[in-house]
Amino acid sequence: MKRAPVFHGETDLPVLLPAARRLARRAERERLAGGPLPRLKARHGLWLLAILLLSAGVAQAQADAQVKESVITAIFKWMPVLLQGFIFNIAISFLAMVIGTAVGAVLGLMQISLLPPVRFGSWFVTQFFRNAPWLVLLFFCMFLLPFEFDLGFATIPFPDWVKATIGLALPVMANVSEIVRGAVQSLPSGQWEAAESLAFSRRQTLWEIILPQCVKRMLPPWMNLYAILTMATVLASIVGVSEMMTQTGRALAAENRPELLIPFYSFVLICFFAYCYPIAVWTRRLERRYQVKL
Amino acid sequence: MEAVYEWARVLYQDTGINLTFIYDSYDRNRLIDGFLMTVWLSVICLGLSVAIGVVGAWAQGARSAILRRCVAGYIEFFRNTPPLVQLYFFYFALGSIMPTTTNRFGLPEPLLDNFAWAVISLSFFAGAFNVEIFRSGIEAVPESTKEAAEALGYTRLQTYLEIVLPLAFRVCLPSLNNNLVNLVKTTTLAYAIAVPEMLYQANQIWSDSVNVPEMMTFLLIAYVFLVGVLVWGMHRWERSMRLPGFGS
Repeated sequence: MKRAPVFHGETDLPVLLPAARRLARRAERERLAGGPLPRLKARHGLWLLAILLLSAGVAQAQADAQVKESVITAIFKWMPVLLQGFIFNIAISFLAMVIGTAVGAVLGLMQISLLPPVRFGSWFVTQFFRNAPWLVLLFFCMFLLPFEFDLGFATIPFPDWVKATIGLALPVMANVSEIVRGAVQSLPSGQWEAAESLAFSRRQTLWEIILPQCVKRMLPPWMNLYAILTMATVLASIVGVSEMMTQTGRALAAENRPELLIPFYSFVLICFFAYCYPIAVWTRRLERRYQVKL
Repeated sequence: MEAVYEWARVLYQDTGINLTFIYDSYDRNRLIDGFLMTVWLSVICLGLSVAIGVVGAWAQGARSAILRRCVAGYIEFFRNTPPLVQLYFFYFALGSIMPTTTNRFGLPEPLLDNFAWAVISLSFFAGAFNVEIFRSGIEAVPESTKEAAEALGYTRLQTYLEIVLPLAFRVCLPSLNNNLVNLVKTTTLAYAIAVPEMLYQANQIWSDSVNVPEMMTFLLIAYVFLVGVLVWGMHRWERSMRLPGFGS
């Protein structure tokens, strides 16, 4: 008997065909995208929208009879300002992450140095900045850094947002340092010994054997840290950087309508959720994929 | 103590380092109140967030899909939005639609004050993490242990309360402690809605005495010390509570 040809994504076995076809389509898409796609479905967006509308509705209901404009219109009117603030948040988070990662990686490598003073010093710095609350560090940088640095030939201005970025980069630095140290220590010592028996120098072992393996382990916690940092950028509003939260406060003050409070704050929450949730999902997926392969 | 107060006063006269919170009894009391408030806030939030964690973990294992979805939604929402915005949302937005009572002067007074809102907001925030932590701990308890309990005639509730929870607690203690440390650090956010905790009180002091660098440095050291002691103590507790044969 001649069998019908079986195409990719199809089968003649008794399987649940609709699911198989759907999975094949998704696999195709993911192969094109070169990685797992966040499985945010349309219903997630609908949920968010529903929450926003509900809150707007509640607000509308408690508003006076002679409302000047609807809550939705007010949100649309202020949206450019708020989203501009949100982009500023993301810019701060990028910059703080870059600075924190660069310094933190060095600090983390110092933590596994063979010289006791270097090791102890970097350990102390790491623990100090890890244990201090983010907000206190932010205050510290805000109040104690000068507003400009005079180098004699040139002055470097230090606006508020730069100081806030540095303040946020400090805890990031400490956390990155711990991530690096943890990743290096989580490798089996056999790797070090094998490299030594092959006559690799310490530097060679570190750069060519240990660190390449660590990158995989460091990626999920590093992304997690980035999400935490993004959520911490709102703290800058307390010290007066005009990011999203500050802009929201100003918009609310300008409108001076209590029924707008819930929709506006919901909008801020939703913006951050929409940005951080995919990162969290992706992190979890990476974590699962990189799970213990020793 | 008098000698220390005197030393701080002399220090100020000699070097200009103004440690008002040592020699000035008013500032000192303010700072101590702030410290106690930080501790109090942490303790209440800790209790509530652990309760939320236990209930949430139980609900996640429930048969009803709607309940499971709700808990999952709660976790994702609170984990992926900034705690400060949550706090503002609770205090300003939800606070604005809460009913008010009248105090004894006949003035309107909100039903929940800023302290209550800070407790609610921070507990929900920390609780979202605790649910996941407890669930992973409960999942770590081997099936055979539960079956053994069943064979001994334990009911489901008894197994949960007397066998699974104590074991799960010991498994998830390290993560729980991390969360507690984070919670203590997060209490500083209550500053934003004027809960008089340590950061807020320090702010009051430096506004009055214009000694920002001194207060800032003190605050940083105080928090690092507080959290450091906590981390150290928790670490020891963890080691004594470690389950032999579990983890590394």
